[in-house]
Amino acid sequence: MDYATLLQILDTTVRFATPLLLACLAGLYSERAGIFDIGLEGKMLMAGMSAGAVAALTGSVWLGLIAAIAGSLLFSIVHGLASITFRGNQLISGVALNFVASGATVLVAQSLFRQGGRTPPLSGAARFNPIELPFAEAARAIPGIGPFYTEVVSGHSILVYAALAAVPLTWWALYRTRFGLRLRAVGENPESVDTAGVSVVRLRYTAVMITGALCGMAGAYMATGLQAGFGKEMTAGRGYIALAALIFAKWRPWYALGATMLFGFFQALALRPDVIKGTIGIDIPVPALDALPYILTVIVLAGFVGRAIPPRAGGIPYVKER
Amino acid sequence: MTKLPTWADLVLVPLISLLLAAVISGLVILAIGEDPVNAAKVMVTGALGSPYGWGYTLYYTTSFIFSGLAVTVAYHAGQFNIGGEGQAQIGGLGVALVCLALPWPHWTLALPAAMIGAAAFGAAWAAIPAYLQAKRGSHIVITTIMFNYIAAALIIYLLVGVLKPAGQMDPATARFPAGAALPTFKDIPILNAVFSSNTPANVTFFVAVAACVVVWALLWRTRLGYQIRAFGKSEPAAIYAGISPFRMIMVSMLISGGLAGLMAINNVMGEAERLLQNSAEGAGFIGIAVALMGRNHPFGVFLAALLFGFLYQGGAELGLWTTIPIELRLLVQGLVILFTGALDTMVRMMLGVFFRTRVKGAA
Repeated sequence: MDYATLLQILDTTVRFATPLLLACLAGLYSERAGIFDIGLEGKMLMAGMSAGAVAALTGSVWLGLIAAIAGSLLFSIVHGLASITFRGNQLISGVALNFVASGATVLVAQSLFRQGGRTPPLSGAARFNPIELPFAEAARAIPGIGPFYTEVVSGHSILVYAALAAVPLTWWALYRTRFGLRLRAVGENPESVDTAGVSVVRLRYTAVMITGALCGMAGAYMATGLQAGFGKEMTAGRGYIALAALIFAKWRPWYALGATMLFGFFQALALRPDVIKGTIGIDIPVPALDALPYILTVIVLAGFVGRAIPPRAGGIPYVKER
Repeated sequence: MTKLPTWADLVLVPLISLLLAAVISGLVILAIGEDPVNAAKVMVTGALGSPYGWGYTLYYTTSFIFSGLAVTVAYHAGQFNIGGEGQAQIGGLGVALVCLALPWPHWTLALPAAMIGAAAFGAAWAAIPAYLQAKRGSHIVITTIMFNYIAAALIIYLLVGVLKPAGQMDPATARFPAGAALPTFKDIPILNAVFSSNTPANVTFFVAVAACVVVWALLWRTRLGYQIRAFGKSEPAAIYAGISPFRMIMVSMLISGGLAGLMAINNVMGEAERLLQNSAEGAGFIGIAVALMGRNHPFGVFLAALLFGFLYQGGAELGLWTTIPIELRLLVQGLVILFTGALDTMVRMMLGVFFRTRVKGAA
């Protein structure tokens, strides 16, 4: 594999990792607050459809993004109602909402556009287009790092940079603000937060809403950045890979960046079986690469390579008084 | 919150949940500019209006009984087995290997062998998540989800490479020998008086009904069933009574995986007669809805499976005869899971108000 090919694969890695990263950080807020969310997939799907539909109808990708976040938040509210207000089973709620999303997105897209559940192809201002970072062309001349800057760092859409910025931002919010302290506390020991006079319900709703907004961005990126329009089941399990990345990252923001980049790298490699064969001389079947994120997650979950311990109050509805 | 009478909890809660799901689906159909009444008519006629419709409805029902029972058995041990889909796909692999291994002379010999293959493979696929839960404390919901994806990847790998006969283009195994073909309702005496057309409903339906009885007897009439239920109700109490948590998790998940795997004799052996990609087609996931709707009792599972069989066949008819996409059934499925499994407290609260006023009125 030459340097140019490597850069190409890394460029694809960043693109593929972005929706994973956004969804992974989304799940991080919710799970850190003690609300399990299997419904990342459904929220992304809903957001993708909303973004694709609104961008196609209005021609504005920004309105599409707003619609995506709104669509995703709608699902967050239902998940919040089920798991916080009515103290239902959070896992079942997430599973249910994923099915609702699979059905509803096709129904709505089909009734709007009659194109077999897809939204029309987007172009121009209806998409998030690549942004050329400053000096991208000039930097190409610098050996080594220059092409890396031009090919891999520069030339992505704004949502990619937003996702990357969300990592330090999440770290700061989680570990350096009062909100973050309370958020982590409510996921570990909600009684203590309640005793301190802070509303558990409000904190958890806030977390679930942040999850919705980030999933909205992830879905919008899928439909208006990575691809030009929404297609049936376009998230194709990315919500679950994000969930896997979250566990792999042990519910930490910087680790989440690493995990999603790694999983994005696997996805990018799966597109180039020729490169794998050329580099290591063995033919690794594509399904094996597809399964790798899941296998790694199971290994981490099993605690063979560093133990992944979820937030202690995760999945348990909080009952104020008995 | 008022405590509901048992009958209301068992019967009314699922019915109200179903009603809520139906109302919301109706509103969605209205919102996309279609006629919900007509849609309901098409569904009922298409799924229940003819022996042909029933043939498909009962075929789907058969699969859903197995996946529903799989979720049920795990549920009673306090485990949420979300991996029925993967276990059913791997069960299909077991069926395919058995059916292709010998030139089976007659289905009565092939069926028991294929059942063993299906159950053993399904159980094996559930065994790893179960072991990790029991020994390493890995959350079974997450691991079974991961195993669904790993199963799908494994099946694709095998069908593209090892199991595909030479010269064939599409990723699938060879056709099973004719002796391994299961009789459909058209081939069964007495039944063929009604089911004259070709439908996929086959002899597996009776295996599924028998499985309901066996699971009921296992859970409520055996020592093991009692232990499973005791463990599911309270782990500390079960440990105090000398019940091994490791054993309970393993046994319940093995039975659960075996039941999910058995589904493959319906769709792989009974219908497709070869192993295809994505053979379970989501039926493993429907088991979650079926078990929740059926209140985790085999008889309830049977009724709920029938309901979802109707929904699936009816939904397919909608896709054929109206402009409503077939995906409507995913929406209904999701809503049923949501109301019966996650918003059940809300439904109970709504019913509680009714019962409170009634009790007051009586006094």
